[in-house]
Amino acid sequence: MSRYLLRRLAIVIPSLLGISIVLFTVLALAPGDPFEELATNPNIPQEVRAGLREKFGLDDPIALRYLRWFMAMVHGDWGFSFVSRVDVDVLIRQRLSTTLFVVGSSQILALLVALPVGVFAATRPYSIFDQIANTLAFIGFSLPTFFTGILFILLFSIYLDWLPFVYRADISATGWHWYWAHIKQALMPVAVLGLFQGASWTRYVRSAALDVIRLDYVTTARAKGLAEGTVVVKHVVRNALIPVVTLVALQMPAVFGGAIVTEQIFRIPGIGSLLITSILANDTPVIMAVTFVFACLVILFNLLADILYGWLDPRIAYR
Amino acid sequence: MAGSTHALPTASVKAGTIGRTKHVSAGLEAWRRFRRHRLAVVSAVILTLMVLAVALGPLLWQVPINDIDFTARLKGPSWSHPFGTDDLGQDLLARMLYGGRISLAVGLAAMSVAIVVGTVVGAVAGISRGSVDAGLMWVTDLFLALPQLPLLLLIIYLFRDSLKVLVGPEFGVFILIVAVIGAFRWMPVARLVRAQFFSLREKEFVEAARALGATTPRLVVRHILPNSLGPVIVAGTIDVANAIIAESTLSFLGLGFPPDIPTWGRILFDAKDYLDFAPHWALFPGAAIFLTVLTINFIGDGLRDTLDPRKVM
Repeated sequence: MSRYLLRRLAIVIPSLLGISIVLFTVLALAPGDPFEELATNPNIPQEVRAGLREKFGLDDPIALRYLRWFMAMVHGDWGFSFVSRVDVDVLIRQRLSTTLFVVGSSQILALLVALPVGVFAATRPYSIFDQIANTLAFIGFSLPTFFTGILFILLFSIYLDWLPFVYRADISATGWHWYWAHIKQALMPVAVLGLFQGASWTRYVRSAALDVIRLDYVTTARAKGLAEGTVVVKHVVRNALIPVVTLVALQMPAVFGGAIVTEQIFRIPGIGSLLITSILANDTPVIMAVTFVFACLVILFNLLADILYGWLDPRIAYR
Repeated sequence: MAGSTHALPTASVKAGTIGRTKHVSAGLEAWRRFRRHRLAVVSAVILTLMVLAVALGPLLWQVPINDIDFTARLKGPSWSHPFGTDDLGQDLLARMLYGGRISLAVGLAAMSVAIVVGTVVGAVAGISRGSVDAGLMWVTDLFLALPQLPLLLLIIYLFRDSLKVLVGPEFGVFILIVAVIGAFRWMPVARLVRAQFFSLREKEFVEAARALGATTPRLVVRHILPNSLGPVIVAGTIDVANAIIAESTLSFLGLGFPPDIPTWGRILFDAKDYLDFAPHWALFPGAAIFLTVLTINFIGDGLRDTLDPRKVM
């Protein structure tokens, strides 16, 4: 298992390097200028601008800038936001936990929907339940997150007035009131993201469970006299999860994409909305860092999926 | 696999069709298979109607999309404005018909880019083993691990202005969005094609063609590629839906088409601040995106049944 882990970790490093190179090239080729606002401001003389460019090394060759940026990244120095006048890592650290909380709970919700529904549908293929679940799943992943978000706001915030539609990080209440307010405001974004993911996972789980449910070893387990629940949970689900984990890992970029949209709709102060605001403000260091953080999160979750994969299917880990 | 269950009820073996001797043309056979997926047929009809509406609608409904009328702001559906109006009193039906053309065109064009790039990469990787294959697959995996939406936003924001100058605002953004969405969607196709090539390459008919002296390009183009297109067509169909969602997402975040080009996502973006006064403004474009994507997904599902040769029907 540890050798398997080391091998996985060894794959992570070149992908991080590759992603950082892709990112930096895109940014370096782009025509935008972080000092554009200063340039249009008549009170700032040309020399000051040139001095600033020189200070931040914006006129150096691309390779040199990449190397400098990369070394700084490794040292934990993520640059300084031109717009917010704060260090980028501070800015990101403030917001990362919110994003992780929303994405994490939505993934748990997705699992809680997809696993039981998918497995139950697979144990009764082509039954009424299966057909309804299948159709609902199709509807679920055809509804784009931005539209579900708007529908939820319309229904729960405007017509029923049950839930707030602006997410606030600074709730003044204390004690259980704080938790209650927190749950109320997180409910809609988590449901939007979770149901969208859950819908597509339901189909994966169902088809993966269908593939294993008629295999001989499952029949053997039944013939041994095991209870149906034990057969399903211990023999079917565990093996059905192996392909599901791969597919889920492949969907990680889409999950974080959905998180950006959800954060924008519900005004959640996470790194997704930070990305949008910094793009609109042409705040290069923040854009760079946030995109890189997203890339790291995707890779991290892929790594987790690989570890899970090794645990579910020991043959892979010991090969 | 003893007694495995197919993923769809339509795939169950029907007695009597196996020993059939009557010759049926490939197209008719495909239609016979597709017809069995009832939701796919219904979806095909709805999608055709929507495409027709978008293509011919502006000829019948000749209200200009930018006709500002402050006396009719944020009005709900009525006879003069069947889909209501927005905050400037512009007719939403006209705007949606116009925007639908762009949304669908982006979907189709981005899908073509993804399919072409994916097929070329997959074919090259699948036919040339060794380091070329390994390198191409490394690139594919790298692209799969990229955070797509952040990068899409980044690239579009950075390059939008310079392309606008080059080829004009509408067409510039169109090219950019199509290219960028296509560039982030080719990986699954490449993997599919490569997997198909790996299995087809060893088949007897390819051996036979090679023995007859066919060159590698001819083998690929005439023998392997046509036989590997089934899953690619299915993936392409689903890709149209994904590309439409991607375009709407970009427009919804305010980084897609400029405000004077009302794609469905853009209309939603404009409408989201008026949800409490004018819910119809958001509901119509949202429903249009949803319906398009849903029907395309169902058609893709039907095509999967149709084009999978392993399924006996």
